[in-house]
Amino acid sequence: MSTIAAGVATTGHEKHVSDYIGAKVGMWLFLFTELLLFGGLFLVYSVYRAMYHTDFHTAAKELNVTLGAVNTIILLTSSLTMACSISATQRGNRKLSILLLVMTALFGIAFLVNKYFEWGAKFQHGIYPGSDQLGMRENGEILFYGLYYMMTGLHGLHVIVGVLLFSVVLLFLVKKKIHQENFVLIENSGLYWHLVDIIWIFLFPLFYLIT
Amino acid sequence: MGMTDTVPAGAHPEISFYEEKGRYGGIFSWIFSTNHKRIGILYFVTMMTFFAVAAVLGVLIRLELIAPGKTIMEAQTYNAIYTLHGVLMIFLFVIPGLPAVFGNFFLPIQIGAKDVSFPAINLLSWWLFLAGGILAVVSLFTKGGPIDTGWTFYAPYSIRTETNVSLAVFGVFLIGLSSILTGLNFLTTIHRLRAPGMTWFRMPLFVWSLYATGWIQVLATPIIGITLLLIIFERFLGIGFFDPTKGGDPLLLQHMFWIYSHPAVYIMILPGMGAISEIIPVFSRRTIFGYKAIAMSSLGIAILGYFVWGHHMFTSGMSVTARVVFSFLTFFVAIPTAIKVFNWISTLYKGSIDLASPMLYALSFIFLFSIGGLTGLVLGALAADVHLQDTYFVVGHFHYVMFGGTGFAFFGALHHWFPKMFGKMFDERAAKLAWGTLFVGFMVLYFPMFALGWHGMPRRYYDYLPQFQSDHVISTVGSWILILGLALMAINLLAALWKGKKAEANPWGGTTLEWQIPSPPPPENFEEIPRVDRGPYEFARETV
Repeated sequence: MSTIAAGVATTGHEKHVSDYIGAKVGMWLFLFTELLLFGGLFLVYSVYRAMYHTDFHTAAKELNVTLGAVNTIILLTSSLTMACSISATQRGNRKLSILLLVMTALFGIAFLVNKYFEWGAKFQHGIYPGSDQLGMRENGEILFYGLYYMMTGLHGLHVIVGVLLFSVVLLFLVKKKIHQENFVLIENSGLYWHLVDIIWIFLFPLFYLIT
Repeated sequence: MGMTDTVPAGAHPEISFYEEKGRYGGIFSWIFSTNHKRIGILYFVTMMTFFAVAAVLGVLIRLELIAPGKTIMEAQTYNAIYTLHGVLMIFLFVIPGLPAVFGNFFLPIQIGAKDVSFPAINLLSWWLFLAGGILAVVSLFTKGGPIDTGWTFYAPYSIRTETNVSLAVFGVFLIGLSSILTGLNFLTTIHRLRAPGMTWFRMPLFVWSLYATGWIQVLATPIIGITLLLIIFERFLGIGFFDPTKGGDPLLLQHMFWIYSHPAVYIMILPGMGAISEIIPVFSRRTIFGYKAIAMSSLGIAILGYFVWGHHMFTSGMSVTARVVFSFLTFFVAIPTAIKVFNWISTLYKGSIDLASPMLYALSFIFLFSIGGLTGLVLGALAADVHLQDTYFVVGHFHYVMFGGTGFAFFGALHHWFPKMFGKMFDERAAKLAWGTLFVGFMVLYFPMFALGWHGMPRRYYDYLPQFQSDHVISTVGSWILILGLALMAINLLAALWKGKKAEANPWGGTTLEWQIPSPPPPENFEEIPRVDRGPYEFARETV
């Protein structure tokens, strides 16, 4: 995240000339690294899906498609409000921008609350890594849930980071450090948020829908 | 930013970045500095500390192996020591070495910029590097004892061993993050901050090599990051990704490890090759032969490097098809590498060669790296590898590449740029003596390993059959000569800091931008951003 913050603050030592394109280049490179970080897990997923397709099939049936779908809608909508918030800043409508940003953050929190109930229900049934109940199941199901917790967990961590990031951006908006002429920080936060969204777009079908 | 703001550029053009007054004083003027030159020196000091520790561990390994059976330590201690030697050397010296020290210091200067694109992130990556290194060292003294898996952390042993794997692995994770941020910073800097007229094909070749390295850092390192996290989660939660009893596949860890770690060997060597491409034209007084071929071969190595990781796993149980394909692809890497070697040799042809100490390091780099590279082809050949896998032949091969290659390039770059970085000249005769000792020690230490491996001595073994002893004794004696050479070099350079002659702006007659500014450089490098109207190595225009 510091990528973005520093991207705005510093280009060489010329304090007032910020390198807009440079900050964007840095952000995109950072997004590549994020994609590859998740890419490693997608690789593990595809290997074990190929090895244990029937187990994955059985395990996936137990996930709550409704909760997953609701979360998908929440995240997609939050991407919309984020994009609108950026446009509002670019057009100089600070109040609208703040409102939309707060909405985006609330959607992020709603996603996490939803996820908490989803994970909690699974824990209640004794389905979590290392539990005795999960240990008695088929190998493929153990791996499925291992991947489920690992991938949605890492994704959830990114949502938390996103919400924290929005509070920083909010502060900058209120203090008028982000405005019509200098909006690269909010734009880069938007890019990050869309990445979080896109990764979920892949996680949802891979875990909930392919049964 | 803080420090340079108080000294406006041009106000005191005569001061160097060492004398710059910033927001903080004393040590804080270093560890909180965002000036790329100070960060380069920070890396240098930290790295040399870790290098010294790892080198001493290496000498201890050799001492243990001077005779069969127990010599100076227990088997478990031996396992821990070779693991730590590998982890420190690979992750804290060889991988970050040239980019973090010389890349940070010289990349902005060579392209005519005042700093990197994101100076604050640059400082952050040093802090991550330091934190990772400290965690790796702390893991030695905490519950469970020092990690004993070897630097490759193969499962299932890394999941099952009682030693403190998690902490050390998390240290490596932080170092990986630091490496990603450095790569990201360099790529953006090269794209955005080149001086007017500094076109892509006017960039010094060191910059080209950092560009190729930056892409590998950004696109390969996240894979090791997630792999290391998986190891930690496996240890704490027992998910079973790499545990056959739960349906996992230990081989998958090897794949994921090498998907990063093979490209990473090019992170290790490419900047070294870049530094050699700087030294050779300067000390042959000739423009580099095949500039574009060298620049493009860096990218070629970076791209091909992604497709050959399987050659580390020929005996791990992959399918025959996979092995044949990986073996076939491996040979392609030799092509861009050979392009570089031939171009360096052609640069020397009819040059006015000055055998100063940086040049001696550069020439020995070519010699040692060629031995390392050619023995690499022996290992890349499937049939030969089945015999040689996990023997001392491999140990010899990668020490020729990593130390004879990257290590000698690092020390060559250090001698080449020492006057610029520290503003002092070292004693040239002592430098040559140190180089000679180092070179002889290197050959005596590592060459017998090829014979040992060929005769079947396995790597990482604590004990061995009596028939291997003579080669082991030679190798151990070599380690003493080598450490003597390193000590001579360190003493010579430290002495230069104390009482060396003041260095001129351009002691070697170089043509790249760093030689156009004072030694050591002023805080913001250039009073005004230079305009570039020619290639980097045009000696004809200089009055030499």
